[in-house]
Amino acid sequence: MAEMLVPVTTIHYLILGAALFLIGTLGVLSRRNLVIVLMSIELMMNGVNVNLIAFSHLWGGVQGQIFGIFIIAVAVAEAAIGLGILIAMFRNRATVQADELELLKW
Amino acid sequence: MNVLDSIWLIPIFPLLGAALMLFAGRYLDPQPMSDVAIDPALAEELKDDPEYKHLVSPATAHHGHDDHGHDDHGHYHVPPTRKFVGYLCAGAVLLSFLVSLTAVIQLAGTESRSHEVVLYDWLSALPMALTNGQTVTLSAQLGFLLDPLSAVMLLVVSGIGFLIHVYSTGYMAHDNGYYRFFGYLNLFVFFMLTLVLANNYLLLFVGWEGVGLCSYLLIGFYFHKKSAGNAGNKAFLVNRIGDAGFLLATMLVFVTFGTVRFTEITSAVLHHPEAYATAAWGSIGVICLLYFFASTGKSAQFPLFVWLPDAMEGPTPVSALIHAATMVTAGVYLLARSNVLFQLAPEVSPIVASIGALTAIMAASIALVQTDIKRVLAYSTVSQLGFMFLAAGVGAYWVAVFHVVTHAFFKALLFLGSGSVIHAMGGQQDMRHMGGLKDKIPVTFRTMFIGSLAIAGIPGLAGFFSKDEILWQTVSSPLGSNVLYVVGLGTAGLTAFYMWRMMFLTFYGKPRMDEHTAAHVHESPAVMTLPLSILAAGSILVGWLGVPAAWSALPSFFHSFEHWLHPITGIVVQTVEHAAEGHAESHDHVVLEWGLMLLSVTIAVIGIAIARWFYIQNPGKSQNVQQAAPGLHRFLDNKWYLDAFYNHFIVRRLVLGGGHLLTRLDAKVVDGGVNGAAWLTRRISQISMWWDSRVVDGAVGLSAFLVRAASIPIRFAQSGSMQVYALVIVLGLVVIIGVYGRF
Repeated sequence: MAEMLVPVTTIHYLILGAALFLIGTLGVLSRRNLVIVLMSIELMMNGVNVNLIAFSHLWGGVQGQIFGIFIIAVAVAEAAIGLGILIAMFRNRATVQADELELLKW
Repeated sequence: MNVLDSIWLIPIFPLLGAALMLFAGRYLDPQPMSDVAIDPALAEELKDDPEYKHLVSPATAHHGHDDHGHDDHGHYHVPPTRKFVGYLCAGAVLLSFLVSLTAVIQLAGTESRSHEVVLYDWLSALPMALTNGQTVTLSAQLGFLLDPLSAVMLLVVSGIGFLIHVYSTGYMAHDNGYYRFFGYLNLFVFFMLTLVLANNYLLLFVGWEGVGLCSYLLIGFYFHKKSAGNAGNKAFLVNRIGDAGFLLATMLVFVTFGTVRFTEITSAVLHHPEAYATAAWGSIGVICLLYFFASTGKSAQFPLFVWLPDAMEGPTPVSALIHAATMVTAGVYLLARSNVLFQLAPEVSPIVASIGALTAIMAASIALVQTDIKRVLAYSTVSQLGFMFLAAGVGAYWVAVFHVVTHAFFKALLFLGSGSVIHAMGGQQDMRHMGGLKDKIPVTFRTMFIGSLAIAGIPGLAGFFSKDEILWQTVSSPLGSNVLYVVGLGTAGLTAFYMWRMMFLTFYGKPRMDEHTAAHVHESPAVMTLPLSILAAGSILVGWLGVPAAWSALPSFFHSFEHWLHPITGIVVQTVEHAAEGHAESHDHVVLEWGLMLLSVTIAVIGIAIARWFYIQNPGKSQNVQQAAPGLHRFLDNKWYLDAFYNHFIVRRLVLGGGHLLTRLDAKVVDGGVNGAAWLTRRISQISMWWDSRVVDGAVGLSAFLVRAASIPIRFAQSGSMQVYALVIVLGLVVIIGVYGRF
């Protein structure tokens, strides 16, 4: 059983990060509900965070972790603003569907 | 300091004064709006109009048009700014006088008694062909010539000009347009000084025209009065006729001599008299005739004297300065200046003498019946100018200039005195409404008394010496004749009569004015009486510079006028005919001269006595004479019908014919032009509007349309769908990584 266990190395973390990022990207592109879109953006940023932490662990420095904490802080702010905009938009237009919010065109 | 080289300064002072007055006078002597002169008729109309009422205060309506700036109470509240303006302008002329005096004193000390200062060449280097085939370059200079003749004129113009400026500061004190008056007056002095100082005919002509302009401006000074405007126009137009002669003569001088400079012409004539002394009525003869014609305009001789009496519409100091003392003597000056030419053309001189004598007697006869005090003096001036031309015509140029000087003193005095009388009378100029002013305005009376004695030819006063010398020369000169003498003597008698008629009517007898006027008669202020006194002193003393030749016992000082002018008027051009002539002073001459002197004094006294008999001893008798010869009176009253003749044959034709033509011109051409222009503007604007709305706007719209059409393929990339943009970003990333990515 033990030899079945493959030790978790950097490459696994990177695959996890890339998977999170891809899932997030697909969510942004495919979901119409803007709340889901925002959540997907959070997912993409967490994918990036996983990457940063993985490399930090690999090189033994702390810069990656510091960046990770920064990104978490920015993501919180971004989510707050994004949700605020969404609520304001819902009050005006009574919808948060991305395909119904397309006035700014030709 | 050598003032002789600075004589160009002399005309500069009054020019600066004039420039200051005419450009900045309104700031130096500001006037309240209500002081602006308004035509009384217009004032009547405006006084109820709420919009203009403030312009027409009651004072303006009554005093705005006053000739003499006098208020009923004789109080003088001259604002300081106004005093400053007056002192400035009088001071400018005083400076000119002082510089002139210094220059003349220095000139007397020089050997040649002639000094030329050329400032710069004006019109230089224009090649011209002369009558004798030579080609020379026309050059006219801005140059000044001071010689005995211009020295005399210079002192008269600046000296008497200064006195009249001083007088004007009082006389015009309450007149509207005070600074304008002084600006014109200074401008006049500038042009007159230019005229007498010019060293060539062309510059002299500049002065000649300039004084004509100032004369026009000052005659029409009260331009809101129709008669004043008309008089100004008349003076200007009549003078232009003479000026045409001046121009032609100057051109002829140039093509004959190749120069217009006095000194060069004189030396050319003196060195080659035979070259120029051609047959009668050659070019020199024509030049002389044309210059004489020019003089008849400026100096008011027959047939062009009609403008001078009308010129009395101007303020009285103007009449004294321009129309008595200085400008009108410019013609005599021109003749004296050209005397060498007149000697070459002996056929012209008799014409000059005859016209002079005719003018003298004609004007004197008209003066007999004038009732306006200033008109008497105006005709008297014309008559005296006739005397001067008589003297010039018989070749006695120095006597002509001598009479210019003495006349300048006593006629300026008489005019200023008459101004003082008019001032005292509150604007009344008609002698029939004067009388008895003798004791009320004593200074004016005494000075005018002296002036009238002087002009009548009473021995010891200036007029006697000059007039008697003229009469003597008409007899003794080879160019003179007995007929001329008799006419001159008759004129002298008439002069004594009409001048004393004026004196008796004005100052003696019972007052004939209304009570209001009589109560306000007052002597003029000192600034006016002081010049009168100085001129009166001059009217006595100046004559003693040229006592008759027969008074040989007197020292040479008393003959100094002739000696002083000798370098100019004593030049004798020795031609073949002239050489044979020449007359020596003999004992017979002396006896004859004394006899004629006695005769002229007698006739002057008789003239005064007749005036006294008619106007003091037997007032009313003059009416009998008038009734006895109504035709003669009417003839004289209508000025020998000369004005009527001009009106009928020239003015009326011109005005009516020209007026009709002008009406049609106005209706057809001018109005047609205006209407046509309006029509054209409308058409053009229509075209312009079409062009604007179709072509210009169309071009703008088209370009917008084209841009819109060209944008179609790109425009639809902007879908507005956020997720499509995100997709593009992702795809773009994929492509970039796919192309550049290295794993």
